[in-house]
Amino acid sequence: MWSITPLETEAIALSLRVALWAVLWSLPLGIATAWLLARCDFFGKTLLNGVVHLPLILPPVAVGYLLLILLGRRGPVGGWLFDMFGITVAFTWKGAAIASAVMAFPLMVRAIRLSLEAVDYRLEEAARTLGAGRAWVFLSITLPLIAPGILTGTILCFARSLGEFGATITFVSNIAGETRTLPLALFTLTQTPDGELGALRLMIISVVLALVALIASEVLARRISARIRG
Amino acid sequence: MAPSKDGAVLTVDVGRRFGDFRLDVRFTAEGGLTALFGRSGAGKTSLINLLAGLERPERGRISVGGHVLFDADAGIDVAPERRRLGYVFQEGRLFPHMSVRGNLTYGRRLSPPTGHGQDFDHVVDLLDLRRLLARRPRTLSGGEKQRVAIGRALLANPRLLLMDEPLASVDAARKDEILSFIERLRDEVKLPIVYVSHAMDDIIRLADTMVILSDGAVVAAGAVEDLMSRIDLRPHTGRYEAGAVLAVTVAGQDLTFGLTELAFGANRLVVPRLDLPAGTALRVRIRARDVSLCLTPPVGISVLNIFKGRIVEIETGAGPMADVRLDIGAPLIARVTRRSLHEMALEPGKTVHALIKAVAVDRPSLGRRGTRARRG
Repeated sequence: MWSITPLETEAIALSLRVALWAVLWSLPLGIATAWLLARCDFFGKTLLNGVVHLPLILPPVAVGYLLLILLGRRGPVGGWLFDMFGITVAFTWKGAAIASAVMAFPLMVRAIRLSLEAVDYRLEEAARTLGAGRAWVFLSITLPLIAPGILTGTILCFARSLGEFGATITFVSNIAGETRTLPLALFTLTQTPDGELGALRLMIISVVLALVALIASEVLARRISARIRG
Repeated sequence: MAPSKDGAVLTVDVGRRFGDFRLDVRFTAEGGLTALFGRSGAGKTSLINLLAGLERPERGRISVGGHVLFDADAGIDVAPERRRLGYVFQEGRLFPHMSVRGNLTYGRRLSPPTGHGQDFDHVVDLLDLRRLLARRPRTLSGGEKQRVAIGRALLANPRLLLMDEPLASVDAARKDEILSFIERLRDEVKLPIVYVSHAMDDIIRLADTMVILSDGAVVAAGAVEDLMSRIDLRPHTGRYEAGAVLAVTVAGQDLTFGLTELAFGANRLVVPRLDLPAGTALRVRIRARDVSLCLTPPVGISVLNIFKGRIVEIETGAGPMADVRLDIGAPLIARVTRRSLHEMALEPGKTVHALIKAVAVDRPSLGRRGTRARRG
């Protein structure tokens, strides 16, 4: 009763792997996008902002279907990926990570953008008069100052990825051992006769995972901002 | 630093529009401390942002010590990080995520060890920062922050130091301390400094050269003593009390009565005792209201300083007062009533005796002159 079954272990491990890769891919892209939106003025900025935030409003099924069209083996991007690198993402765990990353991206960009806008640009000016080029100013001044925002964005992205369901099941289907993450496993059990106990256990596991992630982020965030404020 | 052909350390001739405001400025400065003086909104901060490269001029040229930093016609616009101008901002702008030590060494690691290479320990001691090194900027007082900001700029080995009202956020008690630090920078480190201020007291104490800005343009530029004795500049220096500034040197001490004699030209000015060695170059401000005039050499009078001179110019305004500019071997301004003017029949060319009470010359009206001062 109290031991975790191999099927549950598999779902947890898969979920963690998917979420981890989703975060790793969105982090550099999220920082770059947030920086563009917070610091630059260019033609099409409103459009970019809209596209980034689209997954927040669109039905997840629609996002999943869009990904399937674009990234499927015969899709414009998916076909190119397969021809050039032999990579298939549709119906694999990699595709699940992509679906999670896309769905969580706006949350990450938002958190980082807010902290970027709170950074006093005059500190960056001061760094430049001291001899630092743009790139070093970003690494030595901006990045440390937005660390709390990056952390918040990362945790939000991670947590959102753990719970991703609609886009995932549409894009990569529900394949045991490949794309059946925690929420998909839970959904499967609710559709299975006599699956109530298994579904209940997965629900409890989900709650525990989410709580651990949130508490860890809270503790980390407090430490980081204490270090920044000195 | 190798000075350019004309001997100027800083040559500026730039223009730029900021919304409705137009800045169009041309001046040159030699070494020592150059003060940019003007009311708020005159364009002082905009001007040094142009010098630092944080804003880009639309036209003109900037050169420092023979290095061209900006030239619109030649298409030269050196990036701020390559200009090597130390900038002490009004609000300090210390990096909150670094210790004082981290702030101080930030620019040091990035700059080539040439120019006014500064030794870390020397700067730390000069600015009295040793016990603050491990602290975070958040825990520092206004004066401490500003000292760290000065140290940080110095340690980046600048060719020239830009200071934008560095005393604005400093309480009066610490102000004097920082003023002496700046004096030591000017005299011991021999670093050319451009100092933005609207406090004439600080300028008289620190500056050799003054540039007066108004509405984005240079009204006058030259030695502090010359500009301060010009009555026509009163509308610009006006918020500050009228007076003349004399360049003097400590000539001797009267220990019996606790007085110090200051020499300017052939004249001696007696003031309350100053604990300074003979030969020290000073700048003394004589307020116009502290100067009285007399037609004959006065006798039996307590006033110790009596100078014979000639009236150069008289300026009467709408009020009951008139400012009389004298030549006593140096310029001096006396503020008298228009009635005295009338009863004594004062007019340009007339010989008078100017009386200055020794006690009228107090500590705030004194400044140590830079070693590069052109006059005195």
